[in-house]
Amino acid sequence: MANKSNKKNVRRSPFAAVLVILAGLLISGGGYAAANAVVNANTNVEYTAAQQEEGKRLFAANCASCHGKNAEGTKAAPSLIGVGSASVDFQVGTGRMPGQASGPQLIKKEVQFTEAQTEALAAYVASLAPGPSVPDEKWLATNGDTTRGGELFRINCAMCHNAVGAGGALTEGKFAAELKGVDPKHIYEAMLTGPQNMPVFNDNNLTPQDKQDIISYLKYVENNPSAGGEELANLGPVAEGLFAWIFMLGGIVVITIWLGAKSN
Amino acid sequence: MSKSKEVAKPFDGEHDYDGGLAVIDKNPVQDPGMEPHRVRMTDKSPAHEKAAARQVTALFVFSMISSFLAIVAYFAFPLSHLSLGNVRANTLFLGLGIAFGMLAIGIGAVHWAKTLMPDAEVSEARHQTRGSEEVRARAIEIINLANQESGFSRRKLIRRTLYGALALFPIPGIVLFADLGPLGEEVDAKLRHTAWKKGSRLAKDPYGTPIKASDVTVGSVFHVIPEDLKEYNPDGSLNAEYLNEKAKAAVLLVRVDPIDLNPSKGRENWAYDGIVAYSKICTHVGCPVALYEQHTHHLLCPCHQSTFDLSNECAVVFGPASRALPQLPITVDAEGYLVAQSDFNEPVGPSFWER
Repeated sequence: MANKSNKKNVRRSPFAAVLVILAGLLISGGGYAAANAVVNANTNVEYTAAQQEEGKRLFAANCASCHGKNAEGTKAAPSLIGVGSASVDFQVGTGRMPGQASGPQLIKKEVQFTEAQTEALAAYVASLAPGPSVPDEKWLATNGDTTRGGELFRINCAMCHNAVGAGGALTEGKFAAELKGVDPKHIYEAMLTGPQNMPVFNDNNLTPQDKQDIISYLKYVENNPSAGGEELANLGPVAEGLFAWIFMLGGIVVITIWLGAKSN
Repeated sequence: MSKSKEVAKPFDGEHDYDGGLAVIDKNPVQDPGMEPHRVRMTDKSPAHEKAAARQVTALFVFSMISSFLAIVAYFAFPLSHLSLGNVRANTLFLGLGIAFGMLAIGIGAVHWAKTLMPDAEVSEARHQTRGSEEVRARAIEIINLANQESGFSRRKLIRRTLYGALALFPIPGIVLFADLGPLGEEVDAKLRHTAWKKGSRLAKDPYGTPIKASDVTVGSVFHVIPEDLKEYNPDGSLNAEYLNEKAKAAVLLVRVDPIDLNPSKGRENWAYDGIVAYSKICTHVGCPVALYEQHTHHLLCPCHQSTFDLSNECAVVFGPASRALPQLPITVDAEGYLVAQSDFNEPVGPSFWER
């Protein structure tokens, strides 16, 4: 009898409500955290609240004038809600942001923020809404399958960026950037987020392994000599034609004149 | 000479030639004659002559060294050792060695002729091409004799059938040019239709993995081939038509905000929730149009810069193309994969005669 009344007492005690609420909070909160963990599987970076605060401060000082006080966007610049830390790390890390002047395309300039500040900005923007995140280190190694990477590059990228990433022209003042000397992390992030007019290559289109193979291909081409001799900026037939017309044809003209001239 | 313009007299072997002019001008430019002979340094000074001889010798020796170095390079950078640096060095030095080996012989020979061989000016008589009257009369006689003996003018039937045969014999060669492209029913099979059919799944180039509609996010670009177009037949043999069919069936898959699409009447259900598919083959000369600008919705062809507006059913907004890119009607199947509803409604790619 005493046991039963004890149990009854627990269930009907005034603290029961508190216990039930606590249990409910733990279950729902834990479930949410678990679900979030799956969504953020790619991120190897957990941003701290301090970073987010710092990022918010930096954002208000440097970015809000175009992107809006809460990154909601203005006429001058798009909303950053949902662009994720990958976009910020790419744009700020390569120096494209803070954007300098309006025009068909943003130009890469001197990087204006330190790595820590870039991370803080990324933390702030990532906290606004879920979005593509900074890639894990293991996808940036350059020991991927360069043959496969080359095939994927030629199919998806070479039409704008040139067969070996020397860059190319688009319409009305836009252009595809040269990929030589670009950090593998930024290459990955550009593919993932599709900056400016570049299309988006999400992880279902080009899997992280595909992206790593492409990065390996680009770094291989960058670090190895061209089998054909002097690359002439890898611009292909136009550069070679220019060389032929100026130097080879010029040389032929000089020799022709020399042939017909009398010796002194 | 104060004569007015008159026809030159024919060369009769007695008078000086008149330079071959058909018309004699009243005030002709006076013949300046030969330049005064300029004596070369190598003729004036034995030291210069020896120097020139040394230069020629040096050039020939340089040629020998270059040819020898080319042979050395062939063995020093063997192609069996397949590193890029090695291939590059092999090609470079072989090329330079052979090039200078030959060039130095030529330059040496020309230098020898210009500096050491005699340089006295020589003039050659230039006769009139017109023959004398007797020669011309004799020629006419011979032609007439040939005509008489062969009977060319007399025998009309022989002459006319000869003309007919000569006119017709090149024609088969010209007709053979028709082999450059498909003809007749072949046109329908090869040019009007592609490998897309109702229910063909859209698959990623080059590995053929099918694409789910949920994979395609706004701003994405997928390079697409039909999933059922295989490089190898089921029996293991190579599909001979694979490359040709792939070249026609290449498609670009893009997702935009449905608001940005302006489908014309009858094409409202050709897209799926903002996902559209267009032929990748430019309607100008056939280059793959894949340069997609995400925000302007423009598709640029890199060859001649034809620009197509995706928000206006790929109508041409710039450049030499004259027709919009054909659209592939798509939908999703029961499992969520994107499939074609049918083949394109018009032939893909550039114009052809029977289009």
